Amino acid sequence: MLQLVLFNVTNGLIIGAFYVLMALGVAMILNLSNVINFAHGNFLALGGYFAFVLTPYIGFWGALVVAPPLVAVIGYLIERVMIRRVYSRDPVYSLLLTFGLAFILQDACRYIWGTTGLPLTVPASLSQGISSELFFITGYRLFMMAIVAIAVIGLFAFLRYTRMGVRIRAGTLDLDTVAALGINVRLLRSFNFAVGIYLAGLAGVLAGGQIGLNPNMGDDLLMPAFIAVIVGGVGSLTGTLLGGLLIGVASALTTVFFPSAQEAVIYVIMAVVVLIRPRGLMGEEGMLT
Amino acid sequence: MSTTTIETVLKAPTERRWLPAAIVWVVLLSAPLWLPLVGGYTALASHVLVMGLVAMALNFLLGFTGVMSFGHAAYFGLGVYGAGLTLRYISNSTLLALLFGILLGGLVGTVLGALIARRRGVYFAMVTIAFGQIFYYIAYSWNSFTGGYDGLRGFSRQPLHFGPLVIDIQNNGTLFYYFVLAVFAICIGLMAFLLASPFGRTLIAVRENQRRARFLGIAVDRHIWLSFSISCYFAAAAGALYALLNNFADPMSLHYSLSGEIVIMAVMGGMRSFWGPLVGAAVFVILQDYISSMTENWMSCIGLLFVLVVMFFPRGLLGVLQRRGSP
Repeated sequence: MLQLVLFNVTNGLIIGAFYVLMALGVAMILNLSNVINFAHGNFLALGGYFAFVLTPYIGFWGALVVAPPLVAVIGYLIERVMIRRVYSRDPVYSLLLTFGLAFILQDACRYIWGTTGLPLTVPASLSQGISSELFFITGYRLFMMAIVAIAVIGLFAFLRYTRMGVRIRAGTLDLDTVAALGINVRLLRSFNFAVGIYLAGLAGVLAGGQIGLNPNMGDDLLMPAFIAVIVGGVGSLTGTLLGGLLIGVASALTTVFFPSAQEAVIYVIMAVVVLIRPRGLMGEEGMLT
Repeated sequence: MSTTTIETVLKAPTERRWLPAAIVWVVLLSAPLWLPLVGGYTALASHVLVMGLVAMALNFLLGFTGVMSFGHAAYFGLGVYGAGLTLRYISNSTLLALLFGILLGGLVGTVLGALIARRRGVYFAMVTIAFGQIFYYIAYSWNSFTGGYDGLRGFSRQPLHFGPLVIDIQNNGTLFYYFVLAVFAICIGLMAFLLASPFGRTLIAVRENQRRARFLGIAVDRHIWLSFSISCYFAAAAGALYALLNNFADPMSLHYSLSGEIVIMAVMGGMRSFWGPLVGAAVFVILQDYISSMTENWMSCIGLLFVLVVMFFPRGLLGVLQRRGSP
């Protein structure tokens, strides 16, 4: 029993780590640009497929380094060409735009790489189990956790200690004032968008190594990412981080006792949070509520 | 949003309002006569009516209260399942199925609306999407009751009995079309009545300026909640009709991608006009029907349609006409 619980908690932390990477990107874009990025899961898939294409040439490690920035560049271009134009309009338009983009990106992945799943090979050194007792803790899973942890710490350090990061945080609180202080808000938003997409691309490479690639691979992560943002509280990235881990572990633990309710439990958590604490666990009072 | 002046808000309902309505009703009533001539079929017309109803229900919220729900497929889908489950397990009365479908979607919308109505802007949209997906997962995983991934089958609409009079909407597609049209007419009539009432005027005040409305003593949260609930009952009615049309309940009718399609219908038709969403639904349904029979990559085409409407056509079909009509 203990082993089963431990197994599921490990699973939950790993799933939660993916929720966190997705949710942080969604939250950054939502906080600064007021855009809900429906295409986020498709950028994740794009990251996985880019890694698949690059691996034969530069190996898994090379792909891990190169693929996410490539996805971020695509995200940046899309922001420059399309999403930027709807910032000043009613939010319904940005929603519809990213919604349409999600359709197009998914269909493009299907067209180029096919509907059937593709494997992303990870180095043999990563794919063994640590011990026979704890067979489920493979090196790859530990590695994923480590990368996610590094990415999250890196993101928080970037937001705290760099000039650009401080501007992004300031813009989250009051974009008009930031603009009035002479900061190029358009550039800030583009850059912020690219960072969010980078996180999705990174999650895509990591997820590809674990579960393989298919055009819909990001779809199952999109809704939990939204819920992580709602549970954690809009405006707070720390809250999003906690929210993602919370729903990941909660859904994994539910699998032990009620396997059929593993999807339902994250919605229950969301409903309870919205009911008791409408701004989310760590949400700022008055932000977007 | 846009800056509608007080004059246009107040003048709109009186000025030549009967003309668009008359055109719409003549076209809808005569549809079974001319449809075969242009290569259409009655089931497609019924489909247009159903999607038109749900798009107009959404627009009650989006266009006339100024609140953006991206989760309306949930209440539409609850209507679908409410009607389907009634026919499958409870009774073989079409009207009862319609009623239970409306009640299921509407009541759930009323309860959830109380939670959702205090949110604003994109956050409102995000919460509506996430709450909406709950029912998708329930329908998807409750295999023994809802049929799970494969959907609910094993029911069909039944003829209507009014005393000695029997209307066979089960086998006669044209009669069923008129049945859908009748329900559609009742719903649209109610909607128009509500919008013309002081309550509807208040909703428009909320849409135009929430802060000012609050200063005038209007309970903004409560009005948004009421509008959301009303909109859910109409969406559920459309859903129930959809179940009767297909004799099938599909879990995809609860999925958020359908919510997005409903929003694009409303926006494409023109969310500031009463009939816009119906026009948008007609264009969308017919395009979808046509494109999906032409190419495997219909998803890209639909996605491209979304992008093009947003980038180049944000006012919608009727929005453009309206602007040209009024100097």
